[in-house]
Amino acid sequence: MSAATAIGYNFAYLDEQSKRMIRRAILKGVAIPGYQVPFGGREMPLPHGWGTGGMQVTASVIGEADKLKVIDQGADDTTNAVSIRRFFAHTAGVETTELTAEATLIQTRHRIPERPLQADQILIYQVPIPEPLRFIEPRESETRKMHALSEYGAMQVKLYEDVARFGHIATSYDYPVMVNNRYMMDPSPIPKFDNPKMSMMPALQLFGAGFEKRIYAVPPFTQVESLDFDDHPFEVQSWEDACSICGSDHSFLDEVIIDDNGSKMFVCSDTDYCRERVTEGFVGEAPAQLETEQ
Amino acid sequence: MNNAVELLTSTSEWQDIAPLLSVRELNKFYAPGKGCGDINFDLYPGEVLGIVGESGSGKSTLLSCLSARLTPDSGQVLYNSEQFGEMDLYAGEESQRRVLMRSEWGIVHQHARDGLRMNVSAGANIGERLMAVGERHYGDIRAKAEEWLTAVEIDTGRIDDRPSQFSGGMQQRLQIARNLVTHPKLIFMDEPTGGLDVSVQAKLLDLLRNLVSRLGLSVIIVTHDLAVARLLAHRLIVMRRGAVVETGLTDQVLDDPQHPYTQLLVSSILQN
Ligand SMILES: Nc1ncnc2c1ncn2[C@@H]1O[C@H](COP(=O)(O)OP(=O)(O)O)[C@@H](O)[C@H]1O
Ligand SMILES: [Mg+2]
Ligand SMILES: [Zn+2]
Repeated sequence: MSAATAIGYNFAYLDEQSKRMIRRAILKGVAIPGYQVPFGGREMPLPHGWGTGGMQVTASVIGEADKLKVIDQGADDTTNAVSIRRFFAHTAGVETTELTAEATLIQTRHRIPERPLQADQILIYQVPIPEPLRFIEPRESETRKMHALSEYGAMQVKLYEDVARFGHIATSYDYPVMVNNRYMMDPSPIPKFDNPKMSMMPALQLFGAGFEKRIYAVPPFTQVESLDFDDHPFEVQSWEDACSICGSDHSFLDEVIIDDNGSKMFVCSDTDYCRERVTEGFVGEAPAQLETEQ
Repeated sequence: MNNAVELLTSTSEWQDIAPLLSVRELNKFYAPGKGCGDINFDLYPGEVLGIVGESGSGKSTLLSCLSARLTPDSGQVLYNSEQFGEMDLYAGEESQRRVLMRSEWGIVHQHARDGLRMNVSAGANIGERLMAVGERHYGDIRAKAEEWLTAVEIDTGRIDDRPSQFSGGMQQRLQIARNLVTHPKLIFMDEPTGGLDVSVQAKLLDLLRNLVSRLGLSVIIVTHDLAVARLLAHRLIVMRRGAVVETGLTDQVLDDPQHPYTQLLVSSILQN
């Protein structure tokens, strides 16, 4: 089907048979939203912590016409994001981009882009621990049964413990969700700020866990609900400040130390979104020190 | 011991009260003589049935079969469920058996670690069953957890402590609270006082006795300790090498044992 791009590699590194096997797992995942499909994971030439699960999914769905974006902590320029992008540029010869708007495939760790995704895009998450029930039930045989029978009371225990200890639901990443009113799902370590974006998203969402060899999916326009209590409803993070660079008051902000005196500023964690806003003419109120430096 | 119940258990068979649980020709053997076999009995609402016998006689095996945790080789366990009506436990769906376990039934394990989640707080341990049956109001869940801590005589100030910080007796009481919070009507207990100091045992037995009579619970309790059986059970089943050798009202069995093995059991306890 496809010619090898770099000498000695099949297109996108994985052999065609492995890709077919992974695609079958993806199709099953799409057919049963939120259900973890076991698959015969393949070795990728990067350590597990680097998102080999996401890479195997990407390798299986990527085509020559795709444009790939890779984000890590919201940024395109971290070592991890750069290596994965280079890997696919090298082994599949595809174009890469930092622009969310241009990408057809986005592999991510930690964030969902701020710019709403479209129906012709696919978002691929790198997942470290796919089983949301693992913290309360270490036995795999038992968690499988709990999913099969929708026994999710134990999941609420995690939230109970939060409220008992902190007075509110303190879980802010990896916040458990119910997919299509049926399967409890671990959304991977994205901030709960991003949870609402998962629901009814026009883009296909695929999740790959390399170490535990699980694939799951949220098909386009599927309901994704964050767990909560009636008297402690789900809430996303919010900030007093706006982005110092683009002035955004509605994006997920990172706190950045800007000098030796410990001065701080807040900036969009999604660097592409921030840049796009600046291009459109938005400006933030950058701290005084920063302005004098520039 | 308790006249009303004694009257009930001795007359219910020819009165119009349906058994809560009926066991028919039940067999479960791991190896010849290891397990339990030829078991037949009825448990009536409000009754406390003791299963006694020496270690290895098949008591725990039988209790596991009765409480839907171990599929018998043959025979039936019939249960009269509030939610599902008359059911043949092992002929039905596993999902139904699991619903029973977290709603109409309670299971108190000999080892607290088998019955508690040791890595979450006491309050979460009690609240879990409420959340499992759909309770979603934190304030209500917490209030009920406090109520049940009080009912089992644990200071409500300990609600956020983990069971690993509790004494053995407290862990058993927490297990009981965790079970009772959803108002089950049938409780299975396997040596609930085993491994506890004598004074701690006495306090736990006292608490159990009060709860059982106050809540009108039906109980099947396994114990090798005849003193525990005498204090709690209305009726006894005596087991030896996997078979039932004698059944009857507790006082009858303990004061006037008929089978030589029961006589030996009773006399050995007297010697201690
Ligand atoms: N899972 C098992 N596999 C094999 N043998 C078992 C198993 N469980 C119990 N047994 C054996 O069955 C017999 C009855 O055990 P058990 O029901 O635990 O007795 P009790 O509770 O009266 O002490 C014992 O000989 C025990 O060793
Ligand atoms: Mg036993
Ligand atoms: Zn910004």
